[in-house]
Amino acid sequence: MKLKLKIWRQAGPKAKGGFETYDIDGISPDTSFLEMLDILNNNLIHAGKEPVVFDHDCREGICGACSLHINGYAHGPDSEITTCQLHMRKFRDGDTITIEPWRSAAFPVVKDLVVDRQAFDKILQAGGFVSVNTGGVPDANSIPVAKDDAEESMDAAACIGCGACVATCKNGSAMLFVAARVSSLAKLPQGKIEASRRAKAMVARMDELGFGSCTNTQACEAACPKGISITHIARLNREFLKAKLKD
Amino acid sequence: MTKLDSKLPHGPLAEQWNTHKADIKVVSPANKRKLDVIVIGTGLGGASAAASLGELGYNVKIFCINDSPRRAHSIAAQGGINAAKNYQNDNDSVYRLFYDTIKGGDYRARESNVYRLAEVANPIIDQCVAQGVPFAREYGGLLDNRSFGGAQVSRTFYARGQTGQQLLLGAYAALNRQVAAGNVKSYPRHEILDYVIIDGKARGVIARSLVTGAVERHGSHAVVVASGGYGNVFFLSTNAMNSNGSAAWRAYKRGAWFANPCFTQIHPTCIPVHGTQQSKLTLMSESLRNDGRIWVPKNIEDVRRLREGKIRPSQIAEEDRDYYLERRYPAFGNLVPRDVASRAAKERCDAGYGVNDTGLAVFLDFGTAINRLGIDVIRERYGNLFQMYEKITDSDPYHEPMMIYPAVHYTMGGLWVDYNLMTTVPGLYAIGEANFSDHGANRLGASALMQGLADGYFILPYTIGDYLAKEIQTAHIDTSAPEFAEAERAVVERIDRLFSVRGKQTVDELHKKLGHIMWENVGMARSRESLERAIEEVAALREEFWRDVRVPGGNWEMNPEIEKALRLADFLELGELMARDALNRNESCGGHFRVEYQTEDGEALRDDQHYAYVAVWDDDGKLHKEQLNFESIKIAQRNYKE
Repeated sequence: MKLKLKIWRQAGPKAKGGFETYDIDGISPDTSFLEMLDILNNNLIHAGKEPVVFDHDCREGICGACSLHINGYAHGPDSEITTCQLHMRKFRDGDTITIEPWRSAAFPVVKDLVVDRQAFDKILQAGGFVSVNTGGVPDANSIPVAKDDAEESMDAAACIGCGACVATCKNGSAMLFVAARVSSLAKLPQGKIEASRRAKAMVARMDELGFGSCTNTQACEAACPKGISITHIARLNREFLKAKLKD
Repeated sequence: MTKLDSKLPHGPLAEQWNTHKADIKVVSPANKRKLDVIVIGTGLGGASAAASLGELGYNVKIFCINDSPRRAHSIAAQGGINAAKNYQNDNDSVYRLFYDTIKGGDYRARESNVYRLAEVANPIIDQCVAQGVPFAREYGGLLDNRSFGGAQVSRTFYARGQTGQQLLLGAYAALNRQVAAGNVKSYPRHEILDYVIIDGKARGVIARSLVTGAVERHGSHAVVVASGGYGNVFFLSTNAMNSNGSAAWRAYKRGAWFANPCFTQIHPTCIPVHGTQQSKLTLMSESLRNDGRIWVPKNIEDVRRLREGKIRPSQIAEEDRDYYLERRYPAFGNLVPRDVASRAAKERCDAGYGVNDTGLAVFLDFGTAINRLGIDVIRERYGNLFQMYEKITDSDPYHEPMMIYPAVHYTMGGLWVDYNLMTTVPGLYAIGEANFSDHGANRLGASALMQGLADGYFILPYTIGDYLAKEIQTAHIDTSAPEFAEAERAVVERIDRLFSVRGKQTVDELHKKLGHIMWENVGMARSRESLERAIEEVAALREEFWRDVRVPGGNWEMNPEIEKALRLADFLELGELMARDALNRNESCGGHFRVEYQTEDGEALRDDQHYAYVAVWDDDGKLHKEQLNFESIKIAQRNYKE
């Protein structure tokens, strides 16, 4: 396949960025999108140019490192996958492909296509845990969990923290990310105990970190590579409200 | 002169860990606050260790190369975690888990370590449940289990095909709690490039910020290496792209001896290589072998027609299929250990029965299970794996069998550690995949997660106290000491040297060459001849690398090319040691298969008289031996046939 790539280049957080155009040829349809970028980078190095920097690691859709807005879609034009799982067979020979970093005030660009997502860690540090120390816990089977609850908890826990929800939301809201964690824990007896406190603390931290508010456009759900449902946002809202009522 | 003292406890196996815990020193809460510990890596081992040490009151710094601790490669583990809970009433026990692990490792691991691992596996499950890990449940609300290779009981706990992710999110949450409490300071996007040894003790690290390129000094009373394995020496593996051996290798260069480097696990169920543009291989979880049946056609004519696309696999009649694992190993069938399954696949493909155009693939078929259980049950059990397979291959495994082939997955070898998980450098510890201690020559499925969390939650937090108790009088480490300056200078010089080569080949091109040498000569089948060739070729490639590598850009910015170059420079040394170790071991055992040493029916032929030892390489490349003594288990040829 032969392609034209329009890629966002930005030397650093404070530098002014812009698009550069590159031609690439000889790409197999079975090649993954990131492998295509590897090939581009190899070509760029040989041409004495600076390779494009992008985040990636596991290349099997689970670590959440890869990002990229491709032709306007977070993780590209295929459903329920990350960029690393996207394959070139989803494009046509001769296509022009536009590649940009996540765009959000809370995710500043570090370089080229790489953004800083430490805000996600900070939100989780505010309460995205069950407060137990190592050791001294009861036998695993002494805490029964209804199968449906465990399944629902797992649905929410599938979040990989990639940030596609934030990047897609016109308000730059992290509600789906926060809701996934709050909901996953609130569905289990172990997590229920701190559920309201957790919701309140995480939402407060999210607001402090410059994420926008949720206006229920549902764009996040459509962009989520793990198909996490916005019904979890409803559960977060319930827990949040409960906490507020207690105040 | 460092002497190997494994500090193994004595007495009956079942009492050793308890006795040892009673014998080792503890540090009082007031003194813990005065002690600093550095942890390298945020996978299951590193995250659980840092969280537990933080809870105990130590001052912890934790480093990872990713932008968040949650992205460590433990996240990608799919199938499950073992524990001898015996919830299924199938006669499982700590002893049975211990026995299966020793046997699975082909009798090349320490009895004491493995027994302890089997013992602490149970509290791991309790811990994870308390953290809110959403393990799979039965309708009654209790935990569900499934089976993994090398076991005849169901002892594997799982969270769909994302067990590693869920366990890591549990450990990461515990870590986040300690970061919020101020007990742990997290340094994402930092790589450890050297260690600082003062008066023979590990006293800190030299780290490089992957954002600014700044080289930093960090001092501590102890350092814990939890940086994972070195499978990426092969270029193509199931490891993440950034997984590397450098943190362990740099420790080796500073005097931490390296054990059994040649013990590499080739995982039988990975998606086959599709072409020359491929950057990594994707694992299909071993859990699939619970319900999937592995086969190739019996008739070579069917193979030809498959490759030409004239027939689909489902059109080959049942009696014309060779379920070769069920045929060769009736007692364990499709659930033989990984090394056995991988070699059997290679044997069929070498004989010409590989089912895809490259001849390097076999079928993993769910047809029988779908007929028995229905498509919905299969979807619930493996849905995300099937989706992953379809996205990569464009083929629907609900209707046509998967195609799989073995790929490099895990390294059993690693830094040598004693029973306290301390390396040959006092104060320097290694846990999880980074050490060598528990899996012998072959790791059983669902045991990596078990070991990472065992080391981090329940072993290191105890054993490190024995060392730190002697350090309570030591003030915070002064990073202006000359040893820090020397280590920093060495790092800066290495970086400058790489930029200054200005050669013609990219790091990836050279890495692919290394991968090719390693896979062809130090891969699934090794011989004296291939290993001697590898030693020569790796040395030549190392010379070529330092003469002809091209590292673009500069140091003072985010620059993945210099990161990769530094890692490849280390792989080019480690690769040679792997070949030397494999050449030294004149036997076949577990994942180490020397073609000269096999039984008549092609099974690995061990030589217990001469090689029942851990091969430990010092930093001068000299071999030391730690003899393995089997007192509780009768050592025997592994038998998965009856």
